[in-house]
Amino acid sequence: MRFPAAPPGPPKEAAPVVVAGGGLVGLTAALDLARRGLRVVLLDEDDQVSEGSRAICFAKRTLEIYGRLGLGQRFLDKGITWSRGRVFRQDREAYSFDLLPEQGHEYPAFVNLQQYYAEQWLVEACMATGLVELRWRHRVTGIENRPDGALLSIETPGGAYTLHAEWLLACDGARSFIRRAMGLPFEGQVFRDRFLIADVKMQANFPTERWFWFDPPFHPGQSVLLHRQPDDVWRIDFQLGWDADPEAERDPARVRARVAAMLGPGVGFEIEWISVYTFRCRRLARFRHGRTLFLGDAAHQVSPFGARGGNGGVQDADNLCWRLAAVLAGEAPEALLDGYDMERIPAAEENILHSTRATDFITPKNPAALAYRDAVLELAEDHAFARPFVNSGRLSRPWSGQEVAPDAPVLRDDTADWLLRHIGADGRFTLVAREVAAPALPGITTTLLADSPRPGALLDHSGLAAARLGLGPGEAALFRPDQVLAARLPATHAAPILAARDKALAR
Amino acid sequence: MKHLRTEPRLADPDALYALLMEAHRGLDDAASRRLDAKLVLILANHIGDAEVLRGAIALAAGRRNSEA
Repeated sequence: MRFPAAPPGPPKEAAPVVVAGGGLVGLTAALDLARRGLRVVLLDEDDQVSEGSRAICFAKRTLEIYGRLGLGQRFLDKGITWSRGRVFRQDREAYSFDLLPEQGHEYPAFVNLQQYYAEQWLVEACMATGLVELRWRHRVTGIENRPDGALLSIETPGGAYTLHAEWLLACDGARSFIRRAMGLPFEGQVFRDRFLIADVKMQANFPTERWFWFDPPFHPGQSVLLHRQPDDVWRIDFQLGWDADPEAERDPARVRARVAAMLGPGVGFEIEWISVYTFRCRRLARFRHGRTLFLGDAAHQVSPFGARGGNGGVQDADNLCWRLAAVLAGEAPEALLDGYDMERIPAAEENILHSTRATDFITPKNPAALAYRDAVLELAEDHAFARPFVNSGRLSRPWSGQEVAPDAPVLRDDTADWLLRHIGADGRFTLVAREVAAPALPGITTTLLADSPRPGALLDHSGLAAARLGLGPGEAALFRPDQVLAARLPATHAAPILAARDKALAR
Repeated sequence: MKHLRTEPRLADPDALYALLMEAHRGLDDAASRRLDAKLVLILANHIGDAEVLRGAIALAAGRRNSEA
């Protein structure tokens, strides 16, 4: 489906918030900002959602963010839910893991879904807000980053124009024009390896699990990853080695032969998408440059093993949008935006660390690295101690430097509900108080968590909510609008609660 | 905090050395490397103390323990 190209903007146009890039991260940011009441202009050089399935593994935290943005159920309904991964060496299983052994969460460890579905829903949701102006086929060709915002030169099929973005969110991907035009170094490690993604449509008997092979009989000496997506589409990721010729490997006949060798004779399939890629792990030194802020792949890049690219980018948007909304509403100083750097740079570092370590395991750089990798895999078959060394990708988790509100089953007026739905849902700070009602606090939504039925309260019938929140009776947890814990404190004293809120707002 | 012990501790070092030589006998380079790697992983798990292991790696890499 193609979206109509938008006409050029009026002369000397200014917009409070401009999002450059209508991919997963840009659309998520636009929707989050619009749900906070902000008008957003979104520029995208293309006129359709992404081609190919691209990012397919949506992690629990990302699903919770989409839950807050009103799209969670669509991911659950359409996506493929999985939590188990298996690792094979040659034709034997070396290791398996369960990413969410614990019950009592609305969202699973992972849902697999083609990125184009997520983007399509985000486009629809952005349009439904009435606050996002989606400008397709608007390509940024120049930027002047100034203290009062970014002056953008934009080309469209109907002519060029300039747009003054008072705030600019650069979500324009790994090859970000804005990053390059601003001359910002994007440094890190290059991995000398090539991979082939083949998304194939087939009726297959593989279970709904993540399967990873080292040195399988059908692709000797290299690794292979298999993932299930909706619509009977399967992601197969073949390691090719650095010497592979990317052009030759894109040849559909050659890809067919590789897939056929894997599936065996008599299994029919159609190829949906082919991509040959190399990758780097790198990031910008800072993500905030005055009133221009970088998100997602434009700010940091990781290897795909661990599903940390798309998830990391969505979590950037989650972290930034409430801050920008608070600053634009005059509720917080611009210094609140420095918190984005303070939190998302170490988060990106963590993603890069895990991604680099996984890549070092999957792509041994020298004979010693290969010997260790094979030693681990051989030992893992029979010895439990070796299995935690097996690294086929440590799958995306929220940044370890902060506590995100936990989910838990609760009852509201005898109806099954989830704790997390009541935290940040209205865009505000939320105070969850156990057993005692908190005083009325300006700008803070208060929620009573009760051990026994009480009108208007969330009933913690299983005790999981209090346990996961770490709250005793009379205690409360204050959460930021992005569901990150700001403080645990006594529920009944207003002054410390307001002070914690002010601190979280950089006041 | 435990430290890497570097004083002589084995009753019969010649016997251990011979065991290692025996284990490597007839292996090609890759298999030898794999054997050593397995040994390191098995012993590292047995030791189970990150500080001691860090010290051992530093020592093997030719750095003084205090620089680890």
